[in-house]
Amino acid sequence: MADAGTLTSATALEDADRRKAWGFVAPALLWAAAFFVVPFAFMAAMSLWKREGRELVRVWNFDNYARFFSENALFQGLVNSLEITVIVTVISVLLAYPLAWIIAERVPKRLQRMALILAILPFWTSYVVRSYSWLLVLSKNGVINQMFMNIGLISEPLELASTRTATVIGFVHFFVMLLTLTIYSNLIQLSPNYRRAAADLGANAFQTFWHVVLPLTLPGIMTGAFLTFVLCIGDYVTPQILGGNNELVLPQIIMLQLGRRADFPMAAALSIVLMLAVTVAYVACARWLKIERA
Amino acid sequence: MLRKISASVLSWTYLVLVYAFIFLPVAVLVLFSFQDGRLPVPPFNGFSLQWYEAVFADRKLMAALGNSMVVALASSVISVLLGFLAAYALARYKLPGSALQRGLLIAPMTVSYLIIALGLLSVLNALHVPLSLMTVGIGHVVINLPLCFAIIYASMGDHHINIERAARDLGASDFKVMALVTAPMLMPSILAAFFLSVTFSWDEFIIAFLLSRFDVTLPVEIWSMLRSGLNPKTNAIGSLVFLASVAVLFILELSLFGRTKKQ
Amino acid sequence: MTASVTIENVSKIFGAFTALDNVSLDIRAGEFIVLLGPSGCGKTTLLSILGGFLSPSSGRVTIGGQDMTYVAPSKRPTTTMFQDYALFPHMRLVDNVGFGLRMRGLAKAERDEKALGFLDLVGLKASAGKRPHELSGGQRQRVALARALAVDPDVLLLDEPLGALDLKLRRQMQDELKAIQKRVGTTFVHVTHDQEEAMAIADRIVVMNQGRIEDFGPPSEVYMRPRSLFSAGFMGEVNFVSGRVAAADASSARVETALGSLALPAQNFTASSPKAGDRITLTIRPEHFRADDRAEGPTVALGEARVAGSAFFGTHYRCHLQPCATDTRALVAHLPQSASVREGEIVPLAVRAADVVALPATGGHA
Repeated sequence: MADAGTLTSATALEDADRRKAWGFVAPALLWAAAFFVVPFAFMAAMSLWKREGRELVRVWNFDNYARFFSENALFQGLVNSLEITVIVTVISVLLAYPLAWIIAERVPKRLQRMALILAILPFWTSYVVRSYSWLLVLSKNGVINQMFMNIGLISEPLELASTRTATVIGFVHFFVMLLTLTIYSNLIQLSPNYRRAAADLGANAFQTFWHVVLPLTLPGIMTGAFLTFVLCIGDYVTPQILGGNNELVLPQIIMLQLGRRADFPMAAALSIVLMLAVTVAYVACARWLKIERA
Repeated sequence: MLRKISASVLSWTYLVLVYAFIFLPVAVLVLFSFQDGRLPVPPFNGFSLQWYEAVFADRKLMAALGNSMVVALASSVISVLLGFLAAYALARYKLPGSALQRGLLIAPMTVSYLIIALGLLSVLNALHVPLSLMTVGIGHVVINLPLCFAIIYASMGDHHINIERAARDLGASDFKVMALVTAPMLMPSILAAFFLSVTFSWDEFIIAFLLSRFDVTLPVEIWSMLRSGLNPKTNAIGSLVFLASVAVLFILELSLFGRTKKQ
Repeated sequence: MTASVTIENVSKIFGAFTALDNVSLDIRAGEFIVLLGPSGCGKTTLLSILGGFLSPSSGRVTIGGQDMTYVAPSKRPTTTMFQDYALFPHMRLVDNVGFGLRMRGLAKAERDEKALGFLDLVGLKASAGKRPHELSGGQRQRVALARALAVDPDVLLLDEPLGALDLKLRRQMQDELKAIQKRVGTTFVHVTHDQEEAMAIADRIVVMNQGRIEDFGPPSEVYMRPRSLFSAGFMGEVNFVSGRVAAADASSARVETALGSLALPAQNFTASSPKAGDRITLTIRPEHFRADDRAEGPTVALGEARVAGSAFFGTHYRCHLQPCATDTRALVAHLPQSASVREGEIVPLAVRAADVVALPATGGHA
């Protein structure tokens, strides 16, 4: 009898606990459901509808996707996005890794935190302003053109803004900071004994780096590169300000659908394409992101 | 020895070059915010504070600044609160489908802001909900909630469980345990989540752009200023935001650094 | 291969902290040396200087007669087994063990064969294709040993390699380490803070404290005839009894203590020869007390003591004995299993004079 009694109260206690726990987690779940899952599902559904004139026609079809693949102006957006994103990711990693390495290895320990804070200080300009400030540097009467003309390197100002190069520079500027941060934290988490062990067993500095440090920091690099990819391919601001209206990227085209054409279904379909691109990138990286670390 | 020196020279040269690249646009931005003239490009005509005066005299800009603060603080408070409660429930109780719940809470982190904004915009349009600062705030909670949940959940180690048990054992109710024991123990990560949220919301453009109409946040207002092309006033507001953020950052760094030292 | 090591007047100063204070040490080729001491005593610093990871502030290190003071780790005939093993997590065991050979330019087939041989030596040949994270702590420790030995070093440096293992596994690995060292003949320099581990494996123990060598010798000598109070206390439980040399000649000395007076052979003064009037501290190991004076050999009576408490430890009774003559601190004595000890009982105290070591009272470890 006594046993049965405690058993019942234990279950009752568990039930009460569980009710409480649901109470705690419910607000967050409801928020995510109402303002993320439902809108996302609605958007996915809408990508299968159509706009005719000013009306939304709720007929299920794949016209938007078909148009995406057939209309060069749309498809080229994806190609531009992918090209720019890959270029930006590669350049950013190549620039950031040595910087992170120098901060972790060459800068004295007590100054490292300061060096790192300095390296990412421009993060704290507003995102829109950061792109704008590159315009000051790159535009026809900007810093670089005037400097080059003053020293006689060029006689006519170069068209640096409103180009793909400008977009890439703006992106690289942002992602070098981000990647320096992630790669640096990766490098200093590495036990110094790995390097000591390699040197102890006869490896020179280059061998130690190539056989030990680089493979061990690869997961961190890939994580940073993936983050770069995701943020870069989804960004509207930088290409809009720096790239101008040449070689539009996917987010710019999506915004065009919303603005001038008010074609929500098409914008939705393009967003789904954007998401698929990110998913493909994730699958491609996942192999690397998974490398075991003891 | 010679190789060592040349390697070191190479390192420092590289460091200086990349830092120059990183600081070039910011330096130009700040310098030409003091331009005595109408164009924020060389040559530098002289030092003037006229553009800062223009910024402070601009009612719309000041209103946008206030709007940004309201949205950033409100959305961050909600994100941290919801994130903390959810993290507490999922870390301390065995709930069915907890992996799925965690996945759902984290999911918005993997989706571009543009897509989140677009989804919300379509639903709000379909329901004929007018766009306002409120809708911007809702969107910002969507992007910051995953972050807050992840940070706080990660810091809820099992080693805290016994401390909470001890408190319960001594007669504290669930809410007292949460408020007097759990939250203070997790304060560093709660603060980190909060400040990160504020930063993200403060700087966020696309959601604020698509989900607002008459009352806009600062990045959106700056965006509309860009239509006038290169303008020292844009430099001035950009520099103000930058310098204020850096000041806050250093205060936080010093106070948080002091805290970690003490521990 | 194997080589001797000499350390001459080595000091290491970090800012205001002196980690090593004029240390000198001669290690013979093929010896198993243990550097023993509490954390912060300088033992790991000394090991790092031997490995080339640190340079001494002053002094000289030679290995096999060659000056190695400023030679880089990769150019030294030493390898180190790190405390956290530092096994490369992205490499299979055979590649970990073969890493040093690869750096020496050995072809893959040859180095794999050699690496497998060393994995065999530590009993892990069957796991050659695994990665470090698939192994247990003890297995990782063995791989680290194989990796360090694979490049055929003259001197192997071991930095608390057994620290992360549980007690039982630790005792087992001690035996294995010792056996492998005998087999390969390499000079081993092993750092630990565990005096039982030191006694289990060392040919000679170096006891270190505050950057200095306190004692150096075979385990039995360091234990039985410590040359400093610190060494006596660190090597095991010990009773300190202060006293004064009343008279001394070339062969023996008479010492006055609160427990009575006793005559000690002069060689029991391990730190310096006795002079009348010296203030000294006698060190007596708990197991050297005899509760009755009928025990083997000539003993010195130290009066009577009351049993203040006792506990049965399996191999012996550990007793707190309060000497009746004084109200000094209670002595700790290990009495045989056969002894009948009851609390409150009065027992006679005795020791063999040969077991008592007298050290200068300065430096007061009491």
